[in-house]
Amino acid sequence: TGSSLIGWMMREESWVDSRTVYIGQKEPPPGTEAYIPQRFPDNRIVSSKYTFWNFIPKNLFEQFRRIANFYFLIIFLVQLIIDTPTSPTTSGLPLFFVITVTAIKQGYEDWIRHKADNAINQCPVHIIQHGKVVRKQSQKLRVGDIVQVKENETFPCDLILLSTSREDGTCFVTTASLDGESSHKTYYAVQDTKAFNTAEEVDTLHATIECEQPQPDLYKFVGRINIYLDRDEPIVRPLGSENLLLRGATLKNTEYIHAVAIYTGMETKMALNYQSKSQKRSAVEKSMNAYLIVYLCILISKALINTVLKYAWQANPNRDEPWYNQKTETERQRHLIRAFTDFLAFMVLFNYIIPVSMYVTVEMQKFLGSYFILWDDDMFDEELGEGPLVNTSDLNEELGQVEYVFTDKTGTLTENNMELRECCVDGHVYVPHAICNGQILPGATGMDMIDSSPGVDGKEREELFFRALCLCHTVQVKEEETVDGIKRGIHQGKSTSFYISSSPDEVALVEGMKRLGFTYLRLKDSHMEILNREDEMERFELLEVLNFDSVRRRMSVIVRSSSGDYYLFCKGADSSVFPRVVSGKVEQVRARVEHNAVEGLRTLCVAYKKLTHEEYEETCHLLNRAKLALQDRDKKLAEAYDVIEKDFILLGATAVEDRLQDKAADTIESLHKAGMKVWVLTGDKMETAAATCYASKLFHRNTQILELTTKRTEEQSLHDVLFDLSRTVLRQHGSMTRDTFSGLSGDYQDYGLIIDGATLSAVLKPTQEVTSNGGNYKEIFLEICRNCSAVLCCRMAPLQKAQIVKMIKASKERPITLAIGDGANDVSMILEAHVGIGIMGKEGRQAARNSDYAITKFKHLKKMLLVHGHYYYIRIAELVQYFFYKNVCFIFPQFLYQFFCGFSQQPLYDTAYLTLYNISFTSLPILLYSLMEQHINMDILKRDPTLYRDIAKNSLLRWPTFIYWTFLGVFDAVVFFFGAFFLFDNTTFTSNGQMFGNWTFGTLVFTVLVFTVTLKLALDTHYWTWINHFVIWGSLLFYVIFSLLWGGIIWPFLNYQRMYYVFMQMLSSGPAWLSIILLIIVSLLPDVVKKVLCRALWPTTTERIQTKRQCLTAEQSTIFMLSQTSSSVSF
Amino acid sequence: MMASSYNAKDEDGHHPGSVGSGGPGAVKSKKPDNTAFKQQRLPAWQPILTAGTVLPAFFMIGLIFIPIGIGLLVTSNNIKEFEVRAVAIATSYSCECASLNNRNSPRTKDFSNVFMYYGLSNFYQNHRRYVKSRDDSQLNGDKSSLLNPSKECEPYRTSDKKSIAPCGAIANSLFNDTLELFYIHPNGSRIAIHLVKTGIAWWTDKHVKFRNPGENNNNLSIVFQDTSKPVNWRKPVYELDPSDPDNNGFINEDFIVWMRTAALPTFRKLYRIIQKKKDNMTPTLPPGNYSLEVIYNYPVRSFDGRKRMILSTISWMGGKNPFLGIAYITVGSVCFFLGVVLLIIHHKYGNRNNNADIPN
Repeated sequence: TGSSLIGWMMREESWVDSRTVYIGQKEPPPGTEAYIPQRFPDNRIVSSKYTFWNFIPKNLFEQFRRIANFYFLIIFLVQLIIDTPTSPTTSGLPLFFVITVTAIKQGYEDWIRHKADNAINQCPVHIIQHGKVVRKQSQKLRVGDIVQVKENETFPCDLILLSTSREDGTCFVTTASLDGESSHKTYYAVQDTKAFNTAEEVDTLHATIECEQPQPDLYKFVGRINIYLDRDEPIVRPLGSENLLLRGATLKNTEYIHAVAIYTGMETKMALNYQSKSQKRSAVEKSMNAYLIVYLCILISKALINTVLKYAWQANPNRDEPWYNQKTETERQRHLIRAFTDFLAFMVLFNYIIPVSMYVTVEMQKFLGSYFILWDDDMFDEELGEGPLVNTSDLNEELGQVEYVFTDKTGTLTENNMELRECCVDGHVYVPHAICNGQILPGATGMDMIDSSPGVDGKEREELFFRALCLCHTVQVKEEETVDGIKRGIHQGKSTSFYISSSPDEVALVEGMKRLGFTYLRLKDSHMEILNREDEMERFELLEVLNFDSVRRRMSVIVRSSSGDYYLFCKGADSSVFPRVVSGKVEQVRARVEHNAVEGLRTLCVAYKKLTHEEYEETCHLLNRAKLALQDRDKKLAEAYDVIEKDFILLGATAVEDRLQDKAADTIESLHKAGMKVWVLTGDKMETAAATCYASKLFHRNTQILELTTKRTEEQSLHDVLFDLSRTVLRQHGSMTRDTFSGLSGDYQDYGLIIDGATLSAVLKPTQEVTSNGGNYKEIFLEICRNCSAVLCCRMAPLQKAQIVKMIKASKERPITLAIGDGANDVSMILEAHVGIGIMGKEGRQAARNSDYAITKFKHLKKMLLVHGHYYYIRIAELVQYFFYKNVCFIFPQFLYQFFCGFSQQPLYDTAYLTLYNISFTSLPILLYSLMEQHINMDILKRDPTLYRDIAKNSLLRWPTFIYWTFLGVFDAVVFFFGAFFLFDNTTFTSNGQMFGNWTFGTLVFTVLVFTVTLKLALDTHYWTWINHFVIWGSLLFYVIFSLLWGGIIWPFLNYQRMYYVFMQMLSSGPAWLSIILLIIVSLLPDVVKKVLCRALWPTTTERIQTKRQCLTAEQSTIFMLSQTSSSVSF
Repeated sequence: MMASSYNAKDEDGHHPGSVGSGGPGAVKSKKPDNTAFKQQRLPAWQPILTAGTVLPAFFMIGLIFIPIGIGLLVTSNNIKEFEVRAVAIATSYSCECASLNNRNSPRTKDFSNVFMYYGLSNFYQNHRRYVKSRDDSQLNGDKSSLLNPSKECEPYRTSDKKSIAPCGAIANSLFNDTLELFYIHPNGSRIAIHLVKTGIAWWTDKHVKFRNPGENNNNLSIVFQDTSKPVNWRKPVYELDPSDPDNNGFINEDFIVWMRTAALPTFRKLYRIIQKKKDNMTPTLPPGNYSLEVIYNYPVRSFDGRKRMILSTISWMGGKNPFLGIAYITVGSVCFFLGVVLLIIHHKYGNRNNNADIPN
């Protein structure tokens, strides 16, 4: 499954245009063909976004494209232009702060990118010009230049390999920086150019390359080279991805190479691949935006109401302009514009209802909060020495909302640590553990042997089988520097060299063969060398490799033995090999294969056929023709393979074990209990995958398995099968009430669905006509899936995985999906799902790089979702709701005040309070709450996955909750305002008879406000660490100290002194204290009562557990106190 | 008040242990520190609001608030307040003599000060255009602001090309009625009651925020010579109280009181204080008939305003205001009631919940 063949389905994608490259910038011999010269970009890589000149305008433009920033800018500009109740600094300062910090951050990041770009663009490359090696800067490289690359250098652009220092024209390359695979890959020079070894020789080469225009797929390339040796017809050779050296890869184990540049600069495959991923947005962010729109509407309607009322009220000229309060001349003019500016002024007055600081706080919460994942000790993997990675912090809370988990099998559920368990040759079972260097140990006889005494003929077959496995693979031998020791090293089985392959199965097989006595040594001069049981070297000439692909699910090699016989060895999945077998002990092998598959082993079948020389020639011809095709090469190759790979003689089968990852079953069970549906998407075959599913508790013993596979659809039509299944599922469903929670109880029939890739694509076929029942297949299929607790999709192609994710995402409940995988084949689904999680596994880092989060082991998913996801969700939900709440509390009294000040936009609070309310008085407690809150202990969350259901479906941010919070805010605001109103109502409340003015009124409201919203948060806090204590009491103290200071001095830089001693005078009055206490209690009362009543009457699971834990700890602590009277309880 | 449990995690139990099988140096550097903070295992107090824990709080609030409320209400009711609607019968600036009715007169036996307020209604001192129409630095005695007042004072900034001192709409509309109170002795003679005109403004306002320009220059008319009086004023600012240099100019207390803009359109402002008798034997205002004499200058009819004169005693909680007492009693009772309701709920449902099956 690890094969990295993304996009095999995009075959219809046509050959748009081709480019012609003149090697060494030389024109081809005239008259051959009329080439149109093309222009290509230079080799400069630009990853930076800005230049020195356009930074400020471009950055500002990008920042103000965010709707929130734009809104604040508008408010700020309105404040600048018209006469508004509050000074422009109140909104300008926070906005300026936010914009500057973001700009500095982005500028710094871009500066780093510039530096990196410059370093890359200016690094020297060696170009062959006129037979000499010339040093040039990398950015000056042009298409068609011949480049010399030395060992351990990185390729400066995409190159076609012409010749290497090695005689066989191969070179080794590691693409670790491209896709994370650290294995050495072999690339081949064009056969006809590999002789051009030195700079002078290469310069004499006269050839052109035709190839496709650049495309981002790293593993796909087609082109052809025309070599003009003499005046004759050019020699035409095919070029494939095995000839293409990619920018970013590094040359290894090869002294030097010569290659010609074909794609440069931003057209290299690496550059094309670094285009940014699409931005994922979390469900919380979507709700937040919806709330914003609601608040924007509230804001506008408030402003509108006030404007209308203002003009109604002002209709009386004695109100509009009483003798004591005349307008200036300019104010008297321009009636129409005045109405509009009045509206804008009201907008400005109330604009704090949507605060800048909410965005800043949310961003900070996400950014800082993600560190808790990075720091988590439980998710640290000692073996790899790595912990989890957070590639984006935007989706933290989405981890708490997952409803569907799509997981890869190999490497994700399983270790991807393959080991050959047994092989079966014509029914004889060999167990490598029991066999050492060909000696069958006594223990092996206990195995399930069908025939324990192979005859002479059997012996021959057996050796052929072993040879087949030694030859039919693409494994490389990684040599350590001691070249002499290779043979011995491998023979002794340790240390000096080891096998590398992109597929761990192959390594397992070759290593297993070694233990059975056949050691693969190396590929040298296109001869494969193996060491047989008698320690004799056998050499086979490797003629053709028919590479593995996920459609054929098999690979073949054609070799010529030293005796001159041609063999074709094939290994592949049983389903793709058995139909092509004409003889051999098919039945015994099939029985064994099925037995192994049920055990959860990965099985492969091995077959061969002997070719005559003529047959070989024909095969060669067939292959070359397909390889030379520029158009539809893949299709033609597939056809050719189909013709070649048939009439096999079955040799036997192998079984490779891939152990389940640690605690995989436990994790899956927890996810199930947490209400998530787990789907396994694998390329593996059904039996193996199903076995893994049973082992990992995805399917239970009493799970009724529904099959939707090719096997069934061959018997019945797809239509009938689908309807059958849906009837089965729905009958069950109809007989019981729709209680999803009782899914845990025993009497509920569990369904598991198995579907394979072929059937799936039939189901999803878009041309599907609407059936008689009204719904199309897709709907029925979704309905079946919805009622199954587990679904296994086997034989999936990478793109099909993404298709499934997309289909579920688009289904009518719009569930949140999570995809987890480790290989390049999982990248598409990781990118598609709402949350993509990569596992840093054996199959390279590509999945981890494209994911949103990367973890080291599947089991860490449990903590990631159940603990971190849960916490992040409740934290951000409270953050969002609380922010809106506290701003309603803040602004609604101002709105009410307008009714008592003649709708004159008189602010209730002082400018300093307006500015600092969101920035400092109430910002830190909520930020720290949203970082620290733990409503339930981590261990309980982990132990009891059902708690995850309590927050499913964005439950804390639904409209009723939002409306509750908003009404709470309005209620509190009304309490603040009218509390102060009645206290001030035409009387005094000082003991010296002196009166208070409007600023004292505002300050009283503001004081109650700050205390109430902070204490409201304190009531919501379930986890009081010293930090929470510090910020909550600290910010209240800060408010008091600030107010004392702000009112304590005649501030020289201010043109008004309205707050002078207002706060102190207020505090000197007893009734002010009494009313502050009263109003705070009244404001908090409904929320407390609501909480207590809900907890007592309709408790959620979360609340029950909290209560229970409360009782338990109370009991424990009394026992503890009783037993250990002497020890003091520590905090 | 809330049930709590202290949950001190043993931080020592989580040390990484030196079992590390991987490479030594590189591995350890990447490994996160195992501090309680980073592992989100800081010791914490984990309170939960349940019926059981909130109950005592509710009863406590009830028990504390109701007595406070009763106390406040009693105090408020003990305050003697007497209000006269100064009906603007005459539009001319004649003397209006309101004969105070015998029955309603403040027959106070209080020996404390009596405070005399004037009240205005429907007067929007909190209108934005009005509130900002002042120059605090001018009022603070700043020379340059005296001659060049802030733009906010428009259209009361200059008159006759001279800057107005004090500028702005607030100062311009200074309340300028004169109220005088007479005790009508049973023998028919009118005894003027001594009204104290200082101590009515905030101490800080009088001594810090408001200052006359020209520090020690006692002759205010010279200091203000380049300025013009507000258009509606009869006399310039330095003649507000010629008798008392400490109450003249910007630091005139009537002026300072007016400059503190009221919060609501119906407001009262402290006008005078009737000090208690020194002997502590006779009440401040002995029972009897009083006559209020108003020199009517201030027009309020144009904006449907009303003028009032209020005589009030003051307790520790200020003037007469039953609101706070009633509110305290109400909230206390509501809390008590809720406490009872919660008690019932707690008994009926609390046990059930604790024994309910909790899935493990």
